[in-house]
Amino acid sequence: MSKLILSRRHLLKAGLASAAALPLGGCEAFDFLRTRDNAMREFMIKMNSLTYKAQRQLLSGDQLAPEFTQADIQQDMRANGSTEVDTDDYLEVLDTNFTNYQLEVTGLVERPMRFTLDALRGLPSRTQITRHDCVEGWSCIAKWQGVPLHNILDQVGVKEEARYVMFHCYDAIEKGLSGEVLYYESIDLVDARHPQTILAYAMNDKPLPIENGAPLRVRVERQLGYKMAKYIKRIELISEFSTVGLGQGSYWADRGYEWFAGI
Amino acid sequence: MSNSDGRLIKRQKLSTRITHWVWAICLFFLLLSGLQIFNAHPALYLGDQSGFGFENSILELEGFPSWVTIPSTQDLATGRVIHFFFAWIFVVTLFVWLVASLRNRHLRKDLLPTAKDAKNFTADVRDHLKLNLVHTVRYSPLQKLAYVGVLFVLFPLIILTGLCMSPGMNAVLPWLPELFGGRQTARTIHFIVMALLVGFFIVHMAMILLAGPLNEIRSIITGRYRLTRKDKTNV
Repeated sequence: MSKLILSRRHLLKAGLASAAALPLGGCEAFDFLRTRDNAMREFMIKMNSLTYKAQRQLLSGDQLAPEFTQADIQQDMRANGSTEVDTDDYLEVLDTNFTNYQLEVTGLVERPMRFTLDALRGLPSRTQITRHDCVEGWSCIAKWQGVPLHNILDQVGVKEEARYVMFHCYDAIEKGLSGEVLYYESIDLVDARHPQTILAYAMNDKPLPIENGAPLRVRVERQLGYKMAKYIKRIELISEFSTVGLGQGSYWADRGYEWFAGI
Repeated sequence: MSNSDGRLIKRQKLSTRITHWVWAICLFFLLLSGLQIFNAHPALYLGDQSGFGFENSILELEGFPSWVTIPSTQDLATGRVIHFFFAWIFVVTLFVWLVASLRNRHLRKDLLPTAKDAKNFTADVRDHLKLNLVHTVRYSPLQKLAYVGVLFVLFPLIILTGLCMSPGMNAVLPWLPELFGGRQTARTIHFIVMALLVGFFIVHMAMILLAGPLNEIRSIITGRYRLTRKDKTNV
Protein backbone atom coordinates (compact mmCIF):
# COMPACT_ATOMS: atom_id res chain seq x y z
CA MET A 1 0.00 0.00 0.00
CA SER A 2 2.73 2.41 0.95
CA LYS A 3 4.40 1.69 -2.35
CA LEU A 4 1.25 2.57 -4.25
CA ILE A 5 0.99 5.91 -2.51
CA LEU A 6 4.62 6.55 -3.25
CA SER A 7 4.09 5.87 -6.93
CA ARG A 8 1.14 8.21 -7.02
CA ARG A 9 3.12 10.96 -5.38
CA HIS A 10 5.94 10.42 -7.80
CA LEU A 11 3.52 10.41 -10.70
CA LEU A 12 2.02 13.68 -9.55
CA LYS A 13 5.42 15.27 -9.08
CA ALA A 14 6.71 14.16 -12.45
CA GLY A 15 3.41 15.07 -14.06
CA LEU A 16 3.84 18.63 -12.83
CA ALA A 17 7.42 18.65 -14.05
CA SER A 18 6.42 17.62 -17.55
CA ALA A 19 3.55 20.13 -17.58
CA ALA A 20 6.13 22.80 -16.85
CA ALA A 21 8.10 21.65 -19.87
CA LEU A 22 5.06 21.77 -22.14
CA PRO A 23 5.41 25.38 -23.31
CA LEU A 24 8.63 24.17 -24.92
CA GLY A 25 6.53 21.83 -27.01
CA GLY A 26 4.39 24.75 -28.12
CA CYS A 27 6.74 25.16 -30.94
CA GLU A 28 6.67 28.86 -31.47
CA ALA A 29 9.72 28.68 -29.21
CA PHE A 30 11.79 27.67 -32.23
CA ASP A 31 10.29 30.01 -34.80
CA PHE A 32 13.42 32.17 -34.58
CA LEU A 33 15.01 29.52 -36.83
CA ARG A 34 12.81 30.79 -39.65
CA THR A 35 14.71 34.09 -39.75
CA ARG A 36 17.04 34.05 -42.71
CA ASP A 37 20.24 35.29 -41.08
CA ASN A 38 19.71 33.77 -37.64
CA ALA A 39 23.09 32.45 -36.49
CA MET A 40 21.75 29.06 -35.42
CA ARG A 41 20.00 28.60 -38.74
CA GLU A 42 23.18 29.59 -40.60
CA PHE A 43 25.11 27.06 -38.53
CA MET A 44 22.63 24.30 -39.33
CA ILE A 45 22.76 25.10 -43.04
CA LYS A 46 26.56 25.01 -42.94
CA MET A 47 26.46 21.62 -41.22
CA ASN A 48 23.94 20.38 -43.78
CA SER A 49 26.42 21.02 -46.57
CA LEU A 50 27.76 17.67 -45.34
CA THR A 51 24.85 16.19 -47.26
CA TYR A 52 26.12 17.66 -50.52
CA LYS A 53 29.70 16.60 -49.76
CA ALA A 54 28.63 13.09 -48.80
CA GLN A 55 26.44 12.66 -51.87
CA ARG A 56 29.14 14.06 -54.14
CA GLN A 57 31.50 11.42 -52.71
CA LEU A 58 28.95 8.67 -53.19
CA LEU A 59 27.67 9.93 -56.55
CA SER A 60 30.93 10.96 -58.18
CA GLY A 61 30.35 8.46 -60.95
CA ASP A 62 27.43 8.00 -63.29
CA GLN A 63 25.28 5.97 -60.91
CA LEU A 64 21.82 5.99 -62.43
CA ALA A 65 18.57 6.86 -60.70
CA PRO A 66 16.22 3.84 -60.73
CA GLU A 67 14.33 3.43 -63.98
CA PHE A 68 10.91 1.83 -64.23
CA THR A 69 8.83 0.02 -66.83
CA GLN A 70 5.89 1.03 -68.99
CA ALA A 71 3.60 -0.84 -66.55
CA ASP A 72 4.65 1.56 -63.78
CA ILE A 73 3.15 4.55 -65.62
CA GLN A 74 -0.23 4.43 -63.92
CA GLN A 75 -1.34 8.04 -64.07
CA ASP A 76 -0.77 11.40 -65.70
CA MET A 77 2.31 13.24 -64.56
CA ARG A 78 1.32 15.54 -61.72
CA ALA A 79 1.98 19.16 -62.67
CA ASN A 80 3.45 21.38 -59.99
CA GLY A 81 4.84 24.89 -59.64
CA SER A 82 3.86 27.03 -62.63
CA THR A 83 1.36 25.22 -64.82
CA GLU A 84 0.61 28.02 -67.25
CA VAL A 85 2.71 30.91 -68.42
CA ASP A 86 1.54 34.33 -69.56
CA THR A 87 4.78 36.23 -70.06
CA ASP A 88 4.91 38.00 -73.44
CA ASP A 89 7.89 36.20 -74.89
CA TYR A 90 6.36 32.84 -73.94
CA LEU A 91 3.01 33.67 -75.54
CA GLU A 92 4.93 34.64 -78.65
CA VAL A 93 6.55 31.20 -79.05
CA LEU A 94 3.39 29.44 -77.88
CA ASP A 95 1.47 31.18 -80.68
CA THR A 96 3.61 29.46 -83.28
CA ASN A 97 3.32 26.15 -81.46
CA PHE A 98 7.00 26.58 -80.55
CA THR A 99 8.19 26.54 -84.17
CA ASN A 100 9.98 29.84 -83.60
CA TYR A 101 11.31 28.73 -80.22
CA GLN A 102 15.08 28.77 -79.92
CA LEU A 103 16.99 27.48 -76.92
CA GLU A 104 19.86 29.84 -76.22
CA VAL A 105 23.09 28.51 -74.74
CA THR A 106 25.29 31.31 -73.48
CA GLY A 107 27.80 32.28 -70.81
CA LEU A 108 31.16 30.63 -70.32
CA VAL A 109 31.13 28.66 -73.57
CA GLU A 110 33.42 28.62 -76.60
CA ARG A 111 30.57 28.91 -79.10
CA PRO A 112 27.25 30.40 -77.94
CA MET A 113 24.52 28.61 -79.88
CA ARG A 114 20.77 28.50 -80.49
CA PHE A 115 18.75 25.35 -81.04
CA THR A 116 15.26 25.17 -82.49
CA LEU A 117 12.96 22.46 -81.15
CA ASP A 118 13.34 20.59 -84.46
CA ALA A 119 17.12 20.76 -84.17
CA LEU A 120 16.92 19.34 -80.65
CA ARG A 121 14.59 16.59 -81.80
CA GLY A 122 17.11 15.74 -84.52
CA LEU A 123 19.90 15.08 -82.01
CA PRO A 124 20.47 11.66 -80.42
CA SER A 125 17.93 11.29 -77.64
CA ARG A 126 17.52 9.35 -74.44
CA THR A 127 14.23 7.93 -73.16
CA GLN A 128 13.80 7.07 -69.50
CA ILE A 129 10.94 6.09 -67.22
CA THR A 130 11.72 7.64 -63.88
CA ARG A 131 10.14 8.61 -60.61
CA HIS A 132 9.72 12.31 -59.94
CA ASP A 133 10.05 13.08 -56.23
CA CYS A 134 8.64 16.36 -55.01
CA VAL A 135 10.14 18.08 -51.98
CA GLU A 136 6.61 17.94 -50.52
CA GLY A 137 6.88 14.17 -50.27
CA TRP A 138 4.90 12.75 -53.18
CA SER A 139 6.22 10.75 -56.15
CA CYS A 140 4.99 10.19 -59.68
CA ILE A 141 6.37 7.97 -62.46
CA ALA A 142 6.48 9.12 -66.11
CA LYS A 143 8.41 8.54 -69.32
CA TRP A 144 10.70 11.33 -70.51
CA GLN A 145 12.44 11.76 -73.85
CA GLY A 146 15.01 14.40 -74.68
CA VAL A 147 18.55 15.39 -75.55
CA PRO A 148 21.24 14.54 -73.02
CA LEU A 149 22.53 17.85 -71.70
CA HIS A 150 26.16 16.69 -72.07
CA ASN A 151 25.58 16.53 -75.81
CA ILE A 152 24.63 20.21 -75.89
CA LEU A 153 27.54 21.10 -73.58
CA ASP A 154 29.97 19.31 -75.88
CA GLN A 155 28.63 21.21 -78.89
CA VAL A 156 29.01 24.63 -77.32
CA GLY A 157 32.31 23.83 -75.60
CA VAL A 158 32.33 24.52 -71.85
CA LYS A 159 35.07 26.91 -70.76
CA GLU A 160 37.47 25.84 -68.04
CA GLU A 161 36.17 28.32 -65.47
CA ALA A 162 32.51 27.27 -65.79
CA ARG A 163 31.18 25.41 -62.76
CA TYR A 164 27.39 25.53 -63.00
CA VAL A 165 24.64 25.34 -65.57
CA MET A 166 21.94 27.94 -64.95
CA PHE A 167 18.48 27.50 -66.44
CA HIS A 168 16.58 30.72 -67.12
CA CYS A 169 12.88 30.08 -67.58
CA TYR A 170 9.87 31.77 -69.16
CA ASP A 171 7.51 31.32 -66.23
CA ALA A 172 6.91 34.02 -63.66
CA ILE A 173 6.78 31.91 -60.50
CA GLU A 174 6.08 35.02 -58.47
CA LYS A 175 4.13 38.12 -59.37
CA GLY A 176 4.60 40.57 -56.58
CA LEU A 177 4.35 44.29 -56.17
CA SER A 178 8.03 44.58 -56.97
CA GLY A 179 7.50 42.86 -60.27
CA GLU A 180 7.75 39.35 -61.66
CA VAL A 181 10.29 36.75 -60.62
CA LEU A 182 11.11 34.39 -63.47
CA TYR A 183 12.02 30.84 -62.43
CA TYR A 184 15.74 30.05 -62.36
CA GLU A 185 17.59 26.96 -61.26
CA SER A 186 21.15 25.68 -61.46
CA ILE A 187 23.06 22.41 -61.21
CA ASP A 188 26.75 21.62 -61.04
CA LEU A 189 28.63 20.08 -63.96
CA VAL A 190 28.64 16.62 -62.38
CA ASP A 191 24.86 16.51 -62.60
CA ALA A 192 24.83 18.41 -65.91
CA ARG A 193 26.99 15.73 -67.53
CA HIS A 194 25.12 12.81 -65.96
CA PRO A 195 23.67 10.46 -68.63
CA GLN A 196 20.12 10.82 -67.29
CA THR A 197 20.22 14.61 -67.30
CA ILE A 198 18.22 15.40 -70.41
CA LEU A 199 16.44 18.37 -71.92
CA ALA A 200 13.05 16.72 -72.31
CA TYR A 201 10.69 17.68 -75.13
CA ALA A 202 8.41 14.64 -74.84
CA MET A 203 6.57 13.00 -71.97
CA ASN A 204 4.71 9.69 -71.99
CA ASP A 205 5.23 9.44 -75.78
CA LYS A 206 3.61 12.83 -76.49
CA PRO A 207 5.03 16.32 -76.92
CA LEU A 208 5.72 17.82 -73.50
CA PRO A 209 2.40 19.29 -72.25
CA ILE A 210 2.32 22.97 -71.33
CA GLU A 211 1.55 22.26 -67.67
CA ASN A 212 4.66 20.06 -67.49
CA GLY A 213 6.96 22.70 -68.95
CA ALA A 214 6.65 22.87 -72.76
CA PRO A 215 8.60 23.29 -74.89
CA LEU A 216 11.60 22.13 -72.83
CA ARG A 217 12.30 21.06 -69.27
CA VAL A 218 15.36 19.52 -67.69
CA ARG A 219 15.36 16.18 -65.89
CA VAL A 220 17.87 15.88 -63.02
CA GLU A 221 16.91 12.44 -61.82
CA ARG A 222 19.14 12.24 -58.75
CA GLN A 223 17.59 15.32 -57.19
CA LEU A 224 14.14 16.56 -56.14
CA GLY A 225 11.54 17.97 -58.49
CA TYR A 226 12.24 21.65 -57.96
CA LYS A 227 15.66 21.24 -59.62
CA MET A 228 13.97 20.18 -62.86
CA ALA A 229 13.27 23.60 -64.32
CA LYS A 230 10.37 23.85 -66.77
CA TYR A 231 9.76 26.29 -69.66
CA ILE A 232 13.50 26.67 -70.29
CA LYS A 233 14.35 29.75 -72.33
CA ARG A 234 18.08 30.03 -71.94
CA ILE A 235 20.94 27.99 -70.55
CA GLU A 236 23.91 29.86 -69.15
CA LEU A 237 27.27 28.44 -68.09
CA ILE A 238 28.51 30.32 -65.04
CA SER A 239 31.36 30.16 -62.56
CA GLU A 240 29.36 31.32 -59.54
CA PHE A 241 25.78 32.25 -58.85
CA SER A 242 26.15 34.95 -56.21
CA THR A 243 24.90 37.62 -58.63
CA VAL A 244 21.81 35.66 -59.72
CA GLY A 245 18.55 36.23 -57.85
CA LEU A 246 19.24 36.46 -54.13
CA GLY A 247 22.54 34.65 -54.56
CA GLN A 248 21.74 31.07 -53.60
CA GLY A 249 21.60 29.74 -57.15
CA SER A 250 17.92 28.98 -57.59
CA TYR A 251 14.46 30.37 -56.99
CA TRP A 252 13.76 27.88 -54.20
CA ALA A 253 17.28 28.02 -52.75
CA ASP A 254 16.73 31.77 -52.45
CA ARG A 255 13.64 30.91 -50.41
CA GLY A 256 15.37 28.69 -47.87
CA TYR A 257 15.45 25.33 -49.63
CA GLU A 258 18.71 23.49 -50.23
CA TRP A 259 20.48 24.34 -53.50
CA PHE A 260 21.54 20.70 -53.67
CA ALA A 261 18.33 18.68 -53.50
CA GLY A 262 19.69 15.14 -53.36
CA ILE A 263 17.61 14.46 -50.25
CA MET B 1 10.88 3.53 1.68
CA SER B 2 12.49 0.81 -0.34
CA ASN B 3 14.36 3.18 -2.62
CA SER B 4 16.42 5.06 -0.09
CA ASP B 5 18.10 2.48 2.05
CA GLY B 6 20.64 1.08 -0.46
CA ARG B 7 24.05 2.48 -1.22
CA LEU B 8 24.84 4.50 -4.31
CA ILE B 9 26.66 2.60 -7.01
CA LYS B 10 27.99 3.63 -10.41
CA ARG B 11 25.50 2.36 -12.94
CA GLN B 12 25.59 4.28 -16.25
CA LYS B 13 28.80 5.00 -18.11
CA LEU B 14 29.49 8.49 -19.39
CA SER B 15 29.11 7.42 -23.03
CA THR B 16 25.69 5.93 -22.28
CA ARG B 17 24.52 9.07 -20.51
CA ILE B 18 25.76 11.51 -23.13
CA THR B 19 24.39 9.56 -26.09
CA HIS B 20 21.08 9.13 -24.27
CA TRP B 21 20.59 12.87 -23.88
CA VAL B 22 21.86 13.74 -27.35
CA TRP B 23 19.30 11.31 -28.75
CA ALA B 24 16.58 12.76 -26.56
CA ILE B 25 17.26 16.24 -27.97
CA CYS B 26 17.63 14.94 -31.54
CA LEU B 27 14.42 12.92 -31.41
CA PHE B 28 12.48 15.88 -30.05
CA PHE B 29 13.53 18.06 -33.00
CA LEU B 30 13.36 15.24 -35.55
CA LEU B 31 9.79 14.45 -34.49
CA LEU B 32 8.47 17.99 -34.59
CA SER B 33 10.33 19.03 -37.76
CA GLY B 34 9.29 15.69 -39.29
CA LEU B 35 5.62 16.47 -38.65
CA GLN B 36 6.25 19.87 -40.30
CA ILE B 37 7.64 18.07 -43.37
CA PHE B 38 4.75 15.59 -43.36
CA ASN B 39 2.28 18.50 -43.35
CA ALA B 40 3.56 19.59 -46.79
CA HIS B 41 1.76 16.53 -48.17
CA PRO B 42 -0.17 14.89 -45.33
CA ALA B 43 -0.94 11.56 -46.99
CA LEU B 44 0.73 8.14 -47.00
CA TYR B 45 0.87 5.63 -49.84
CA LEU B 46 2.03 2.11 -50.65
CA GLY B 47 4.38 1.44 -53.58
CA ASP B 48 6.78 3.57 -55.60
CA GLN B 49 4.54 6.52 -56.28
CA SER B 50 1.64 8.52 -54.87
CA GLY B 51 -1.72 7.71 -56.42
CA PHE B 52 -3.35 10.80 -57.89
CA GLY B 53 -4.93 9.05 -60.86
CA PHE B 54 -5.41 5.77 -58.98
CA GLU B 55 -5.92 4.68 -55.41
CA ASN B 56 -3.00 3.56 -53.24
CA SER B 57 -3.22 5.87 -50.26
CA ILE B 58 -3.58 4.39 -46.80
CA LEU B 59 -3.88 7.58 -44.81
CA GLU B 60 -4.99 11.11 -45.60
CA LEU B 61 -4.93 13.74 -42.89
CA GLU B 62 -5.58 17.44 -42.64
CA GLY B 63 -2.11 17.84 -41.20
CA PHE B 64 -0.80 18.08 -37.66
CA PRO B 65 -1.64 21.13 -35.51
CA SER B 66 0.96 23.89 -35.21
CA TRP B 67 1.77 23.11 -31.55
CA VAL B 68 3.44 19.85 -32.58
CA THR B 69 5.43 21.23 -35.51
CA ILE B 70 8.71 23.14 -35.73
CA PRO B 71 8.42 25.84 -36.96
CA SER B 72 4.87 26.38 -35.71
CA THR B 73 3.58 27.71 -39.04
CA GLN B 74 3.82 25.99 -42.42
CA ASP B 75 7.49 26.26 -43.42
CA LEU B 76 8.79 23.20 -45.22
CA ALA B 77 12.20 24.74 -46.02
CA THR B 78 13.03 25.46 -42.36
CA GLY B 79 11.59 22.10 -41.29
CA ARG B 80 14.01 20.38 -43.67
CA VAL B 81 17.01 22.39 -42.45
CA ILE B 82 16.24 21.35 -38.85
CA HIS B 83 15.38 17.74 -39.72
CA PHE B 84 18.58 17.03 -41.66
CA PHE B 85 20.77 18.82 -39.10
CA PHE B 86 19.51 16.63 -36.27
CA ALA B 87 19.44 13.55 -38.50
CA TRP B 88 23.20 13.86 -38.98
CA ILE B 89 23.78 14.22 -35.22
CA PHE B 90 21.41 11.34 -34.53
CA VAL B 91 23.23 8.98 -36.89
CA VAL B 92 26.72 9.98 -35.73
CA THR B 93 25.63 9.52 -32.10
CA LEU B 94 24.28 6.07 -32.87
CA PHE B 95 27.63 5.15 -34.37
CA VAL B 96 29.56 6.58 -31.40
CA TRP B 97 27.27 4.71 -28.99
CA LEU B 98 27.72 1.43 -30.87
CA VAL B 99 31.52 1.68 -30.82
CA ALA B 100 31.57 2.73 -27.14
CA SER B 101 29.10 0.04 -26.11
CA LEU B 102 31.08 -2.67 -27.83
CA ARG B 103 34.30 -1.46 -26.22
CA ASN B 104 33.00 -0.96 -22.68
CA ARG B 105 30.82 -4.08 -22.85
CA HIS B 106 27.61 -2.13 -22.14
CA LEU B 107 26.03 -4.00 -25.02
CA ARG B 108 26.97 -7.51 -23.94
CA LYS B 109 26.77 -7.00 -20.19
CA ASP B 110 23.63 -4.88 -19.90
CA LEU B 111 21.56 -5.09 -23.05
CA LEU B 112 21.75 -8.40 -24.82
CA PRO B 113 19.21 -10.86 -23.42
CA THR B 114 20.63 -13.94 -21.70
CA ALA B 115 19.29 -17.42 -21.00
CA LYS B 116 18.35 -16.19 -17.54
CA ASP B 117 16.24 -13.45 -19.15
CA ALA B 118 14.39 -16.05 -21.19
CA LYS B 119 13.67 -17.99 -18.01
CA ASN B 120 12.44 -14.89 -16.16
CA PHE B 121 10.48 -13.53 -19.10
CA THR B 122 6.97 -14.61 -18.10
CA ALA B 123 7.50 -13.55 -14.50
CA ASP B 124 8.65 -10.14 -15.74
CA VAL B 125 5.59 -9.77 -17.97
CA ARG B 126 3.42 -10.68 -14.98
CA ASP B 127 5.18 -8.09 -12.81
CA HIS B 128 4.69 -5.40 -15.45
CA LEU B 129 1.00 -6.25 -15.83
CA LYS B 130 0.59 -5.87 -12.08
CA LEU B 131 2.55 -2.58 -12.30
CA ASN B 132 5.01 -4.02 -9.83
CA LEU B 133 7.86 -2.00 -11.25
CA VAL B 134 10.67 -1.52 -8.81
CA HIS B 135 13.56 -1.68 -11.25
CA THR B 136 16.75 -3.37 -10.28
CA VAL B 137 20.23 -2.30 -11.23
CA ARG B 138 20.11 -4.91 -13.97
CA TYR B 139 17.63 -4.41 -16.78
CA SER B 140 14.66 -6.76 -16.71
CA PRO B 141 13.93 -9.00 -19.74
CA LEU B 142 11.17 -6.69 -21.04
CA GLN B 143 13.36 -3.66 -20.49
CA LYS B 144 16.19 -5.22 -22.50
CA LEU B 145 13.75 -6.13 -25.23
CA ALA B 146 12.48 -2.55 -25.41
CA TYR B 147 15.97 -1.01 -25.54
CA VAL B 148 17.33 -3.54 -28.02
CA GLY B 149 14.19 -3.08 -30.13
CA VAL B 150 14.65 0.68 -30.23
CA LEU B 151 18.42 0.64 -30.78
CA PHE B 152 18.69 -2.23 -33.24
CA VAL B 153 15.32 -2.26 -34.97
CA LEU B 154 13.55 1.11 -34.83
CA PHE B 155 16.62 3.38 -35.10
CA PRO B 156 18.11 1.54 -38.13
CA LEU B 157 14.65 1.31 -39.73
CA ILE B 158 13.93 5.01 -39.43
CA ILE B 159 17.41 5.91 -40.76
CA LEU B 160 17.18 3.52 -43.72
CA THR B 161 13.63 4.50 -44.67
CA GLY B 162 14.71 8.13 -44.38
CA LEU B 163 17.54 7.48 -46.83
CA CYS B 164 15.05 5.77 -49.17
CA MET B 165 13.35 9.12 -49.64
CA SER B 166 16.54 10.68 -51.00
CA PRO B 167 16.66 10.56 -54.80
CA GLY B 168 20.46 10.80 -54.55
CA MET B 169 20.69 7.79 -52.25
CA ASN B 170 18.29 5.93 -54.54
CA ALA B 171 20.98 6.16 -57.22
CA VAL B 172 23.69 4.99 -54.78
CA LEU B 173 21.63 2.13 -53.30
CA PRO B 174 18.85 1.34 -55.78
CA TRP B 175 18.00 -1.89 -53.95
CA LEU B 176 17.19 -0.09 -50.72
CA PRO B 177 13.79 1.42 -51.62
CA GLU B 178 12.97 -1.85 -53.39
CA LEU B 179 13.69 -3.73 -50.17
CA PHE B 180 11.00 -1.70 -48.45
CA GLY B 181 8.53 -1.95 -51.33
CA GLY B 182 9.13 1.41 -53.01
CA ARG B 183 9.83 4.98 -51.99
CA GLN B 184 6.30 5.74 -50.86
CA THR B 185 6.08 2.56 -48.78
CA ALA B 186 9.41 3.52 -47.22
CA ARG B 187 7.95 6.94 -46.38
CA THR B 188 4.96 5.21 -44.78
CA ILE B 189 7.26 2.94 -42.74
CA HIS B 190 9.28 6.03 -41.69
CA PHE B 191 6.01 7.47 -40.35
CA ILE B 192 4.97 4.23 -38.58
CA VAL B 193 8.38 3.89 -36.90
CA MET B 194 8.03 7.50 -35.75
CA ALA B 195 4.71 6.56 -34.12
CA LEU B 196 6.32 3.50 -32.49
CA LEU B 197 9.12 5.68 -31.10
CA VAL B 198 6.54 8.08 -29.67
CA GLY B 199 4.87 5.01 -28.12
CA PHE B 200 8.22 3.92 -26.68
CA PHE B 201 8.76 7.40 -25.24
CA ILE B 202 5.38 7.34 -23.47
CA VAL B 203 6.01 3.89 -21.97
CA HIS B 204 9.60 4.89 -21.10
CA MET B 205 8.28 7.89 -19.13
CA ALA B 206 5.59 5.82 -17.41
CA MET B 207 8.13 3.18 -16.40
CA ILE B 208 10.47 5.80 -14.92
CA LEU B 209 7.63 7.33 -12.93
CA LEU B 210 6.50 3.95 -11.64
CA ALA B 211 10.00 2.65 -10.90
CA GLY B 212 11.04 5.65 -8.82
CA PRO B 213 11.83 8.66 -10.96
CA LEU B 214 14.51 10.22 -8.75
CA ASN B 215 16.71 7.16 -8.76
CA GLU B 216 16.16 6.53 -12.46
CA ILE B 217 16.77 10.11 -13.55
CA ARG B 218 19.83 10.41 -11.30
CA SER B 219 21.34 7.32 -12.87
CA ILE B 220 20.99 8.66 -16.42
CA ILE B 221 22.36 12.10 -15.44
CA THR B 222 25.08 11.45 -12.85
CA GLY B 223 25.44 7.75 -13.53
CA ARG B 224 24.80 6.90 -9.87
CA TYR B 225 22.03 4.59 -8.84
CA ARG B 226 20.86 3.72 -5.35
CA LEU B 227 20.44 0.02 -4.85
CA THR B 228 16.94 -0.97 -3.85
CA ARG B 229 15.80 -3.72 -1.52
CA LYS B 230 14.98 -5.76 -4.58
CA ASP B 231 18.55 -5.36 -5.78
CA LYS B 232 19.84 -6.84 -2.54
CA THR B 233 17.79 -9.97 -3.00
CA ASN B 234 18.68 -10.20 -6.68
CA VAL B 235 22.30 -9.26 -7.02
